[in-house]
Amino acid sequence: MKADILVIGAGAVGCAITRELTKYQLSVITVDKNSDVGGLASKSNSAIIHTGYDASPGTLESQLVVAANPLYEELARDLDVPFTKVGAILPAINDEQFALLPALKEKAFKNRVYDIDYLSREQILDMEPNITNEVRGGLYIPRESIIDPFLLVVGYAENAVKNGATFLLDTEVIGIDVRDGRVAGAATTRGFIEARWIINAAGLYCDRIASFVGKADYFVNPRKGQFFILDKTTKTKVDHIILPIPTKLTKGKLVSPTTHGNLLVGPTAEDGDDKTDASTNRAGLDSVMEDAKRLVPAIEFRDTITQFSGLRPNRNPEGLHIDVYDDLANYVNLSGVRSTGLTASAAIGRYVVNLMQEHGLEAQVNWQFDPIRTGIPAFHAMTPAEQEEIIKADSLYANVVCRCETITEGEIVRAIHSPIPAHSVDAVKRRVRAGMGRCQGGFCGPKVIEILARELGVAQDEIVKEGHDSPMLVGTVK
Amino acid sequence: MIHKRCDVAVIGGGPAGLAAAMAAKREGAGSVMILERDSSLGGILQQCIHPGFGLTYFDEELTGPEYAARFYEEAAKEGVSFLLDTMVLHTEGTRLTCSNKRLGMMEVEATSVVLAMGCRERTRAQIQIPGSRPAGIYTAGTAQRLINRQNVMVGHRVVILGSGDIGMIMARRLTLEGVEVVAVVEIMGYLSGLTRNRVQCLDDFSIPLLLSHTVTRIVGKGRVEGVYIAKVDEQKAPIAESERFIECDTLLLSVGLIPENELTRSQGIEMDPVTGGPRLNQYQQTSLEGVFACGNVVHVNDLVDNVSSESINAGIHAARYSLKKTEAPQGTVLCTPGRQVRYISPQQITLDQGREDVTLYFRATAPLKKVRITARIEGTVLLTKRAVRVNPGEMESLTISTKEFSDGQELTIDIEEVR
Repeated sequence: MKADILVIGAGAVGCAITRELTKYQLSVITVDKNSDVGGLASKSNSAIIHTGYDASPGTLESQLVVAANPLYEELARDLDVPFTKVGAILPAINDEQFALLPALKEKAFKNRVYDIDYLSREQILDMEPNITNEVRGGLYIPRESIIDPFLLVVGYAENAVKNGATFLLDTEVIGIDVRDGRVAGAATTRGFIEARWIINAAGLYCDRIASFVGKADYFVNPRKGQFFILDKTTKTKVDHIILPIPTKLTKGKLVSPTTHGNLLVGPTAEDGDDKTDASTNRAGLDSVMEDAKRLVPAIEFRDTITQFSGLRPNRNPEGLHIDVYDDLANYVNLSGVRSTGLTASAAIGRYVVNLMQEHGLEAQVNWQFDPIRTGIPAFHAMTPAEQEEIIKADSLYANVVCRCETITEGEIVRAIHSPIPAHSVDAVKRRVRAGMGRCQGGFCGPKVIEILARELGVAQDEIVKEGHDSPMLVGTVK
Repeated sequence: MIHKRCDVAVIGGGPAGLAAAMAAKREGAGSVMILERDSSLGGILQQCIHPGFGLTYFDEELTGPEYAARFYEEAAKEGVSFLLDTMVLHTEGTRLTCSNKRLGMMEVEATSVVLAMGCRERTRAQIQIPGSRPAGIYTAGTAQRLINRQNVMVGHRVVILGSGDIGMIMARRLTLEGVEVVAVVEIMGYLSGLTRNRVQCLDDFSIPLLLSHTVTRIVGKGRVEGVYIAKVDEQKAPIAESERFIECDTLLLSVGLIPENELTRSQGIEMDPVTGGPRLNQYQQTSLEGVFACGNVVHVNDLVDNVSSESINAGIHAARYSLKKTEAPQGTVLCTPGRQVRYISPQQITLDQGREDVTLYFRATAPLKKVRITARIEGTVLLTKRAVRVNPGEMESLTISTKEFSDGQELTIDIEEVR
């Protein structure tokens, strides 16, 4: 196999870079060892598009996040991704936090986030009646927004495919061929891929990829974040992202609406060393509940529909780095892209391509580039007249498979045959939300298995949850 | 959009909906229509291929599909019409918006509606089991569907959390399929399902039942590799020293059922926070004019036979409502659970001209032996009954005369141990 550019890693960053590269007349192959795009940090995060108000001023991370935020309104529309500019409130709930507000505002200004304002106690309680009565005042950041993180990644990737990129999933890079100060290509579990440029966007595993070219002057450990998702029907909700004010004692946990009307609460920040351990634990879950109740005391955790944990790539030493090297002409290394990476992705693509052009990449503009991706029409969001119309065109839309989220067979079948096909139960869930509701796939799970088997032409017991080591079933009955 | 009219619309073609529709038709309702989202009738009974159904209602032992068949044959004979593959998306009183594979979008205008959507299973999230999220974690009912309707096997070595009836029945079913059921683990100090299921499904197959134990952690990357279990103390908190690892590839959860009331809530119908179902009177009528409810959407029943009885009641009264044969109410008596009673169904009694006897269903809060059950109206004893034992997993009932009741009175039921 041969490509102009090989991108390693199909998370938010890798997919955003891939899409950006398809704006040029370049052949791009993007590989990932996971079976779907957005496999790790990009799927388990707080789903927020940050402004960068609290980044360290002057850093590359600050520059990218601040630049990316304003791009999302257009990007989300182009890629058909649920996105809402809900705004964030930082409530100060004690004297110590109250005293920190001016410094936070000043930091936001240093990051060129100027639309940040003080809120009085009354204003906060008026905006968010469920916030604790202890609140003293706070800050308001209107451009902090929420997004569907799965669909953002799928959106980048599918649009990149539309514009000519190739994704090879279940494909792990096992070595990089370096010759005379240049990378020549990468050995993968699917054979050698020759490339004129290689971009390392492997996130949690970027240190391993960097070690293949002798550039691992850092290491990455997983920083675990545990979350809760609460049912749409839970009574105590918030309309804004409620961000905790970090103090010396605790970083606190945020409480946020999601683009689908749920409530998201978390995360913890636990440093570990096992990059495959995305398990939750009692202490972590308890701390999320405890901290969230400090901000929103009436929050009802019995309406929880799932808990999960995500692993952020924590670079040691810290900091977001996008490096090119004098002694390795055609290689870009991204490291330390942590939780803000989801936001930064929109700007990273452009940044990386600029960097490559400065370092000798010659590329003609792809005038055929089409920025638009059309997602799978969501039956539940339609008017009855629209519902009637789509059923006429595709009768599978009349069959509601997931009753909690009102997801039809038509949507599931389209997800299975989409440009980045959903071939597992979890991939279907991330595309169209079947199984994402309060019964967590209790009712629709067996039906999704049946539909996947039918559409893929395989037996039901060949269907996996996510990846080949996760069979849903072990055979047939006697 | 297609418009249909009917006198009684029944949402759900499981045991509750079938019995209600049959009874409505027998009561003289003009057109009765069942709206069912599945492609076949019978609801969850279709996957309950074990015997044990109908002992009370038919006085014989049937399997789930047989029990359901009795009702849909009757319903069909009575002239009930069935709309399968039909999902009710939205309701506004007695006007229903549905989708149907063949007919597309459809609006059904009914005179009265019976809500019979059943219940769903509680999941891992509700009981907050930490750990990883591999394949191989199923609710017992989901596993039952996969095995009995899709004929696929969920695992080789299974731990079951919760001693609910479906869990115990699945322990037996899996054992019969050659699957090793390592243990049934129950956090409470007592069984949560029926005693007869413990005997027939666990004891008879030497499957260990670990009371006062729970699963504390799930381990496994792609697929479940095992679970940690631990003893719990009186506050149901796991005792760290007792924690041990059990190797298994599957965890089944049988940790309770929740009435599925999204359609009910969306219309602002008054709910009972204890049952999770709508508040009803003895006619199975909700707080919304013309809307009735029955079966597990009201409260989770232990026996389908009870579902049938209360659903027939719902069907009769939904029919009477559609025929404008209801009596003017003269008042209301509230039914309040007293000592060691978790809830009473119905939650209130409507007083009218007929003053028929009313059967109250209720559950104990804990297993008790040698008890006296007392119903009182405004503190005055109406009725007492003795029982050798009561269990939270088994429904109790009392039938009372309402002749002397007057508006605004409160009825209570207490359960006390007799020494």
